Amino acid sequence: MRNVWALAAGIIGGGILLCGQTSDLPAPTSRKVDFRKDVEPIFKARCIGCHGAKQQMSGLRLDARTPALAGGYSGPVIQPGKSADSLLIHRVAGMKDLKAMPPGGKRLSADEIAILRAWIDQGAKWPEETSAAVKDAPVRSDHWAFQPIRRPHVPKPADSAWVRNPIDAFILARLEKEKIKPSPEAAKRTLLRRLSLDLIGLPPTPAEMAEFLADTRADAYERQVDRLLASPHFGEKWARHWLDRARYADSDGYEKDWARPYAWRYRDWVIQAFNRDMPFDRFTIEQIAGDLLPGATVEQRIATGFHRNTLTNREGGIDNKQFRFENTADRSNTMATAWMALTTGCAQCHDHKYDPISQKEHYQLFAFFDNVEEVDIDAPLPGELGPYLASYPQYRAKREALLKEYNVPELQAAWERRMLEAAANPGKWSDWDLAWDCLLKLTEGGDGEKIIRIPNEKRTQRQRDILTDHFIRNYHFAVGQTRYKELKFKELDEKLRALKETYPQLTQAMVIEESPEPQPTFLRVRGDYKALGIEVEPGGLAVLPPIIPSNGKRATRLDLARWLVSPEHPLTSRVAVNWIWQELFGKGIVRTADDFGTRGDPPTHPELLDWLASEFMQQGWSVKRLIRTIVTSAAYRQSSAARPDLRDVDPDNRLLARQNRLRLHAELIRDSALAASGLLSTEIGGKSVYPPQPAGVAELGYGQKDSSGWKESTGRDRYRRGLYIFYKRSTPYPMLANFDAPKANVPACSRERSNTALQALNLLNDPVFFEAAAALAYVVVSAEQTFADRLRLAFERTLGRPPEPRELERFAAFLQKQQSIFEREAESVEISTAKPPSVSAREMATWVSLTSVLLNLDEFLTRE
Amino acid sequence: MNLEQFLAIQSRRDFFRSCAGGIGTIALAHLLREDGLSADVPDPMAVKKPHFPAKAKNVIFLFMEGAPSQMDLFDPKPELRRWHGKPLPPSLTKDLKLAFIKPTAAVLGSPFEFQKHGQCGMEISELLPHTATCADDICLIRSMYSEAFNHHPGQLFLFTGHMIGGRPTMGAWVTYGLGSENRDLPGFVVLTSGVGTSAGSDNFSNGFLPSTYAGTVFRNTGDPILYLSNPKGISKESQRARLDLLKELNEDHLARTGDLEISSRIHAYELAYRMQMSAPELLDFSKEPQSIKEMYGIDQETTRAFGTNCLLARRLVERGVRFVLLMHASWDHHSQIDKGLRRQCSVTDKPTAALLKDLKQRGMLDETLVVWGGEFGRTPMSELRRPDEADNAGRDHHPNGYSMWLAGGGIKGGQVVGKTDDLGLNTVEDKIHVHDLQATILHCLGLDHTKLTYRHMGRDFRLTDVGGQVVKKLLA
Repeated sequence: MRNVWALAAGIIGGGILLCGQTSDLPAPTSRKVDFRKDVEPIFKARCIGCHGAKQQMSGLRLDARTPALAGGYSGPVIQPGKSADSLLIHRVAGMKDLKAMPPGGKRLSADEIAILRAWIDQGAKWPEETSAAVKDAPVRSDHWAFQPIRRPHVPKPADSAWVRNPIDAFILARLEKEKIKPSPEAAKRTLLRRLSLDLIGLPPTPAEMAEFLADTRADAYERQVDRLLASPHFGEKWARHWLDRARYADSDGYEKDWARPYAWRYRDWVIQAFNRDMPFDRFTIEQIAGDLLPGATVEQRIATGFHRNTLTNREGGIDNKQFRFENTADRSNTMATAWMALTTGCAQCHDHKYDPISQKEHYQLFAFFDNVEEVDIDAPLPGELGPYLASYPQYRAKREALLKEYNVPELQAAWERRMLEAAANPGKWSDWDLAWDCLLKLTEGGDGEKIIRIPNEKRTQRQRDILTDHFIRNYHFAVGQTRYKELKFKELDEKLRALKETYPQLTQAMVIEESPEPQPTFLRVRGDYKALGIEVEPGGLAVLPPIIPSNGKRATRLDLARWLVSPEHPLTSRVAVNWIWQELFGKGIVRTADDFGTRGDPPTHPELLDWLASEFMQQGWSVKRLIRTIVTSAAYRQSSAARPDLRDVDPDNRLLARQNRLRLHAELIRDSALAASGLLSTEIGGKSVYPPQPAGVAELGYGQKDSSGWKESTGRDRYRRGLYIFYKRSTPYPMLANFDAPKANVPACSRERSNTALQALNLLNDPVFFEAAAALAYVVVSAEQTFADRLRLAFERTLGRPPEPRELERFAAFLQKQQSIFEREAESVEISTAKPPSVSAREMATWVSLTSVLLNLDEFLTRE
Repeated sequence: MNLEQFLAIQSRRDFFRSCAGGIGTIALAHLLREDGLSADVPDPMAVKKPHFPAKAKNVIFLFMEGAPSQMDLFDPKPELRRWHGKPLPPSLTKDLKLAFIKPTAAVLGSPFEFQKHGQCGMEISELLPHTATCADDICLIRSMYSEAFNHHPGQLFLFTGHMIGGRPTMGAWVTYGLGSENRDLPGFVVLTSGVGTSAGSDNFSNGFLPSTYAGTVFRNTGDPILYLSNPKGISKESQRARLDLLKELNEDHLARTGDLEISSRIHAYELAYRMQMSAPELLDFSKEPQSIKEMYGIDQETTRAFGTNCLLARRLVERGVRFVLLMHASWDHHSQIDKGLRRQCSVTDKPTAALLKDLKQRGMLDETLVVWGGEFGRTPMSELRRPDEADNAGRDHHPNGYSMWLAGGGIKGGQVVGKTDDLGLNTVEDKIHVHDLQATILHCLGLDHTKLTYRHMGRDFRLTDVGGQVVKKLLA
């Protein structure tokens, strides 16, 4: 007992303090102090470097009376007459674990603090200043990205014959300045393979290639462009790029990492938006604020699933307020990154160090998302509603009968009363405390706390079902396992689930809504969710055009969305065209696709960027038209071969005197292998799938003892495109992780393209890829008889070209070698694969090993 | 069409569960073939110079997932026994952040005895008799504190310096900063035992660094490295033939395009092959003397899995692998802490001590930094999920003061650093923040934590975020 009380100070304060409490403060000077003579010199010498006209750290300025007395982000810092209560004094004295001001350098002396205290205690008298000094200087920036987009004049390069459209004029003019010639157009085969991979993410079939080669019309290439833009696979390819920015995944992310069985509704909305060529401005508005559009449709609400890709933590004891804060910040930061390539998140704790974004402005953007509520809604697919409504009364009756049979209504009512009682008396009953916490974290499909606080008769049927299901599944937390087992609630739960499965149900969607009771938003001091600073209103950045509230009062999320795509906005269009350019050239015109701020790279072709941005808007924000413009340019159609003459002058190919060779992204490697082998399922959209993955992968997740969490798909679902693979954040599908698929925690504006040994093992030995090789071998040995014909077909299907004579020789030698190996190792010819009856097992085995080499070639993994 | 036939036949076969096992060895001459790498291709795993001379070359991080109870293992609190069964005064608990229990929960005195060990007289619990024999090599920290009090954020904080996912982990940062000396194995290896961890692969993620720097899991089931064995029916010779052809064709294409990335690809495939060849030797314990196997407890069921990982960890650093993360789950004893701790200690104590001793006897401890600990600690108060079952008591999460230990390269062993108050509620001396620990680990490796940065989304990120100070007291 002896020192328990003495500990208290240390526990509260912690650390080594100069002043633990106000009694430790230097006493105020007893004499009368004069502001101009005594106080202002201290401010001038020690404070206004950071809190003056040029810079107002934490929103505070101490160079003029009005703003100084108003205070900073934490509120007033000077309490006239009460120096011991004034934050200014706490900070200069380094009290209460606060970092002492000024940071770094010499601290204020005890005498100086004494003077400041006396001045405050004597009323903080500060003579009126001249009005001019007070005005905050308007925020201006010379930084290129904040300047309005002006449509530049298209230059006139000397070699006008090379120019196919204005893009080429910009590129060539720059090249001519450096006296560099562009590269010749790539071969026709290379062009179609490039175009097909870039537009739909699949290699061309041999038939498509043959048709293109035979087409001698002047616009043969453009016809292919149009064919591919119209393909339903276009949406799949381009949705995946956008999903990277939307940090889309199929699971919660934290710890238990629960599946999100309906996350795919948003994914499919994105695919459809690209396929329909939804204008990018509408695409923006619906995702940011589809729920606020007048008469919002279910589809428009599904678009707001963008904001449901935040992570969820269901760990016990999590402070829901903290996670709400983090999710709100994530929503605001993701919006800023994905549409504006601004790192506003850097201003969560303090003013941005490099860009003109104050901490207050960060919270103004944050405020747009601060009253967002997560809701799951019925979003029936075509054909679902009729059968559902017809069978619903019967389903309802059966469910209610079951509940009654197990005495649920009575037990649940008592449970609810006791839960509310426990919530009002935390610490009284530890078992009910735990049960209450589980209600907050583990309620499936809704907000348990919110529902339980609504009187039963006022709940919707959906809310009643959610709460009852939770009660049945989690009653043991309150009453213990013995009682729970007596009640046979586990059995009841299984029966209810089975019942639900026998009746048609409506597909759901995860969306957001605006809370009917908006709460004020506060700046958080040092980014700490508990430390409320001044109140802020929704608003934008001073360096950008203003966000006009459509209701004349308070700007809404819809105003924010419309502002993003207003023609005056200097960033959205530039960022969007840079993103699309990046996916077609490998790097953006601004290489730091996620940062258009002052720390980002400047554009390599600023005028081209502006021309594209203005063209994009002029063409009605049509993504397909923009892509068409880019891929029909001569610049895009250049050969990607390295040029020795450029190696020193332009090693990174910034000037684009050639195309870039690009290793395919993770999903496309899978898609290409499945497509070449004929295994690919071309079904579009729907639930995410679980292709085979080795045992031991799922087990790395929280508390997992086996791979039961990964329910392997059957039938053609095993061969769906990579973007449909269930993305489990804590244990992602290994092939996706190996090939740099983003982690889906924050927006990924560009992907890495690493080149590793694990990738090699993956492609050489993963049964999925070996099965693709086997299927490809099956196709070629069935279709053709001679070695040369078979090899040619295999080449056409994988590389889109016939083998060169030397390659033919190499493969012939390989085939011979493999055959002799298999002869010697007769027992190992058991390559576990199907074969046509006309072919021997040994021959089949050699062909499988041959096609597997093709699927591992750098050329196969690369868009040339 | 053929495909339908293929699928029809295929479905009758157990294609996906029939991977060939064992790789065996192959003539060394064959695999030592030159990679034919052009000199100017940067190898992301090439050994890089540290910022200043390093004390440690490698790290073995024994991550005890779930938060082991410090006052039952390393930080004796006799005062708790006096308070046992009683709640603490509200003035002491009012600022505590708790996960499951309330501040009024009764105190749980440790049922375990502590004794002084080694020349240094370090007090260690009776649950860790083997670790206790290494007291003079261990630098015990009793004053760790974290900002996170839930597992997943806590693990992210420990390994990435930030509570929200997406950043690179310690092992990724270290291999990014230093590369790896072994050319045939991954530079950052992850070993697991027990159940899965809260943060899953987030604990060894490359974050926004290239995936080259992600931890490679050496698995307990199937292939030791994912996709390490050849597909069924492909023998080693056949595999080599595939790789030879692949190399020739890639070289042809390199000549056509002049793209050095193809060189890197050839190199990656050759490394993959060498991995296939060297992994069996690595995993083959037959040449380890019986005494060593016994020392690690590989001969006993209880200690086999963890002991195997400890021995493997030694063999990995012996071969120049830079960072080994050994994860053991779970120490999350919310209930039945008595039973739970006895169990986990019987699994881990002996192999842990064996690892330290084995490294030492081989002269490797000087250049290997060994770290032991979890993502935070546990409360002095008890957690009682069923009030009617008092013997089921456990402890809740407690980030304000907990214990970890370091040993080996650059560390001054035989000392205790830091103190918590008599009730174990808070650190009162030499507070060490998670960022400080990270800074110190990097320091031992010759890395300045403020200089090991990577530009992402407009910012130079680092492991220690915006904090961290090297704790000089820990250093030799």
